[in-house]
Amino acid sequence: MKKLLERIGNVDRRIIFILMALAVIVPLALELTMEMPVGEGPSYDLYEYVEDLPADSRVLMSFDYDPSTKPELQPMARALVTHMMSNDVNIVAMALWPQGATLGQTILSSVSDSLGTEQYQDWVNLGYKTGGQVLIVRLGSSLEAAFPTDLEEVPYGEIPMLSDISTLRDFDLVITLSAGDPGIPAWVMIASDRFGVPVGGGCTAVSAPQFYPYLQEREGERPQMEGLLGGLRGAADYETLIERPGLAAAGMSAQSIAHLVIMVFIVIGNITFFATGRKKRTKGGGR
Amino acid sequence: MRLYVPLAITFIAGMIMILEFFIPHQPFPTLGDGVKDWYTIVASSAIFLGVLNLLRVHLKKIARRRKHWRYSPVTIIGFLSMFITGVAWGVTEETPFYYLFNEMVVPMGATMFSLLAFFVASAAFRAFRASNWRASLLLASAFLVMLGRVPIGDIIWRWIPGAAESSHPYLVSEIAEWIMQVPNMAGQRAILIGAAMGVVATSLRMIFGIERSYLGGGD
Repeated sequence: MKKLLERIGNVDRRIIFILMALAVIVPLALELTMEMPVGEGPSYDLYEYVEDLPADSRVLMSFDYDPSTKPELQPMARALVTHMMSNDVNIVAMALWPQGATLGQTILSSVSDSLGTEQYQDWVNLGYKTGGQVLIVRLGSSLEAAFPTDLEEVPYGEIPMLSDISTLRDFDLVITLSAGDPGIPAWVMIASDRFGVPVGGGCTAVSAPQFYPYLQEREGERPQMEGLLGGLRGAADYETLIERPGLAAAGMSAQSIAHLVIMVFIVIGNITFFATGRKKRTKGGGR
Repeated sequence: MRLYVPLAITFIAGMIMILEFFIPHQPFPTLGDGVKDWYTIVASSAIFLGVLNLLRVHLKKIARRRKHWRYSPVTIIGFLSMFITGVAWGVTEETPFYYLFNEMVVPMGATMFSLLAFFVASAAFRAFRASNWRASLLLASAFLVMLGRVPIGDIIWRWIPGAAESSHPYLVSEIAEWIMQVPNMAGQRAILIGAAMGVVATSLRMIFGIERSYLGGGD
């Protein structure tokens, strides 16, 4: 028995990889769906804030991520853009990450085509600019100085929807989809705390816990963030709330099974660890 | 000279930014805007330096046949493909750059990050041990959050007879949210405040020339 447990404990990691791959592929291939009610929480708060924005409100949306985090953040972007364009909210897009501008363009362009909104009237993509936090401070004094042209090199002054937007304070909401630095902390510190513009956002699941302090609301005061979509679950919540299930909702079953498989691995790992008496050898160690 | 010029630039730029924040009257807003524009220009120039360095490092690697040098031509070809298509046809939709970005860069980037799931599973199997009470507490929290962040956690809970009709049919996700909202938030807030104080202290040390390690030398 002990030998068997030792063999399990030393299992080839390729077997773990295969089981993990199956845990992800099988639910997706079978199109397994799971009931996923969305209760009160950071995802619902952001949905509610966007839903309450009047028509022709102006939202600055910053695509602060790159392709590595696309599976989590792109479904969020699609759901948010769909929601805002459906509600006639105008979107000014930009990026603090170089590759975010093109990822944003893909989403804006495809959702715009499906909903029949018009570039430069309902949305515009200003593209990427380096500078991170300093750039956000600059947006507080002049949007045109930071972005003299949009992604397609159309001058700022020739874009109709930007005619009455000059600084960050002219926006009703800032949404940042953030995969790291610069991202949510920079927008919260500058746009929300310094210029008083409401900020909402989305991030990868692994970084969501660090942004929870920004969501805490004190009586009579606005929270630093109006809502937060955390990882694929946050994206799936938003898709459910706007009643347009997409990639994120479809991915929740795969993520469910993957989490279960990881938990089973941890349990087996602990059983073999204790049953084979390895605890004594690691006593006082850093495990 | 090599020491005092950078120190003076740091002091002047830092003081302008501080004064602009606390005194929102001329000339500080104009001076502040100038510093921010200069920052953007300098940061953009750093991208070109990065590109030149990338090419230099990989060309040297190829020339000297260093370990794994065969990957370097792939890096250079990839870089040049994106650079040339971007400069020649632009980066907007329906251009070669846009196609290469969406059909090659995006899937490859997403694939690299997705590999993390496999390494997390393997690492968790080998290293996540309930070896003492603190590790056990971490393990229990991790299990609850992992279950609570996906729909299957509540589905499993509702399999328990009477759970679906109880006052908490979604107990697992409620517990996960509580862990995030209370113990996690308390810890994160402490880390944030500590880090913020550290940033303020380090910034002041740099502005006043006490901290000079960013200049590259010992003093």
